[in-house]
Amino acid sequence: MLTLLGVATVVVGFAVRLNPLLVVTIAAFVTGLAAGLSPVEVLEAFGRAFNENRFVTAAYLVLPVIGVVERAGLQERARSLIARFKGVSVGPFLIGYLAFRQITSALGLTSIAGHAQSVRPMVAPMAEGAVEARTGELSDQTRQDTRAMASATDNIGLFFGEDIFIAIGSILLMVGFLATSGIVIEPLHLSMWAIPTALVAFVLHAGRLLLFDRKLRQGPSA
Amino acid sequence: MIKLSAVYILSGLVFGAFAVLSAMDANNRKRFGNAVFWGLVAVSYLAGDHLGDLGNGILVLGLAAIAGFGLLGRGQPATTSLEERKVLAERFGEKLFIPALTLPVVVAFGVLVLKPLEFGGTPLLDPKQATPLSLALAAVIAVGVALILLRQPLISPLQEGRRLMDTVGWAALLPQMLAALGAIFALAGVGQVIGDLVTTWIPMDARLTAVAVYCLGMAGFTMIMGNAFAAFPVMTAGIGLPILIHKFGGDPAVVASIGMLSGFCGTLMTPLAANFNLVPAALLELPDRYAVIKAQIPTALPLLIANVVLMYVLAFR
Repeated sequence: MLTLLGVATVVVGFAVRLNPLLVVTIAAFVTGLAAGLSPVEVLEAFGRAFNENRFVTAAYLVLPVIGVVERAGLQERARSLIARFKGVSVGPFLIGYLAFRQITSALGLTSIAGHAQSVRPMVAPMAEGAVEARTGELSDQTRQDTRAMASATDNIGLFFGEDIFIAIGSILLMVGFLATSGIVIEPLHLSMWAIPTALVAFVLHAGRLLLFDRKLRQGPSA
Repeated sequence: MIKLSAVYILSGLVFGAFAVLSAMDANNRKRFGNAVFWGLVAVSYLAGDHLGDLGNGILVLGLAAIAGFGLLGRGQPATTSLEERKVLAERFGEKLFIPALTLPVVVAFGVLVLKPLEFGGTPLLDPKQATPLSLALAAVIAVGVALILLRQPLISPLQEGRRLMDTVGWAALLPQMLAALGAIFALAGVGQVIGDLVTTWIPMDARLTAVAVYCLGMAGFTMIMGNAFAAFPVMTAGIGLPILIHKFGGDPAVVASIGMLSGFCGTLMTPLAANFNLVPAALLELPDRYAVIKAQIPTALPLLIANVVLMYVLAFR
């Protein structure tokens, strides 16, 4: 039971908005000490796991090229490009991106888009441009809401597309886990049963995007 | 065979350059904080395997201390002004999209074409690491395309990359730190304790209750662990297998698949899934760190309920 103190540390630390790197480090020590490890053992286990997970941070290798194209005006171009298509409103635009992200993820191409390589340089500015083209200069709040919605759309498209691909990590984890429990399942069956949720996710989020669009069109958010 | 270690050397060099350029940035009051922070990341990439577990642990403490005590500033490399960018945007036109679109094209090429390639029985790319390898290759090619096509200064990828890296700041290291915390949780058996709590205290005599407990448990547990992969074995061993599959005869493929996707609903609602939820808020310069999570909750909650219904209907046909 004491080991749950680490979980409590994380919840409280995040809730009061302490610096998360500090919160995570403290939580690691609380958990490890509660489980009977010595401080040095905790530090060693934490350091080893950090080193083994370096691939996570390597994703930032895309930042240099994104920075260069931003320097040369990509965000401004993305914004004005969408404004030229008067018919494209922010709702249908993001619905299109949602469909693109779900379909390509379902084909296993999860890393062809993302927050650093597509949302910041292109999708968010285009979404902002689509709103701007209809309502004029954006308030700070509307701009932030639009950006947050663009990021949310990327996540939802990725999460509820990737499990349709048979060789994605989560499918392999399920196959492996069930196999050790004596249940043999083809990856294809697992991916097939990800389709109903994917469709519901698309309908739900597309509906929300249309509502978001309509709310913005009715006037600047209060 | 090209392995992940090649990506680590590249990452180490890039973060090392960020560190050096940070130290020389007189416009950043906290420039040495940034220099040491990115410098430690560079050391981790270049020498992490030689530091030993304790050495790596101390390195992590250093990162947490710099971030926790507010020693990290935001560098201000010389870049173009908004007016200049508008002019450049007109001049370059749609050409501007080419470097950014080079990324997905090369990644797709790497995953679909390079990954299956073999020379004398040895694969060209380490098959388990094909995606990160393809992404790194794409990043390098795209920088080349951008420099040639848009005629930007040679130093600009590193300076502009540093500008964006400082925008993300400490949040950049959070996903990796959380992954390390997950390892500590596993070592201490946190998952097992929570799984036991759920199965001991919640009665699951009715099929619908059991389905709901499993799906909501996957989401809730994912929110605590920051990762559906950590929640799946615990919840499935505790509820999915013994109750839904063995007792009520549910279809294992449906139970597992929709259970995992219920976990993904939890991922949308937790700050512990930092790379999906907190990093984008930093990248998009949103003042509210939790803005992306707030935008996701109204989709995630109804979807979670839909998963309960779908599993109830589809698993027991």
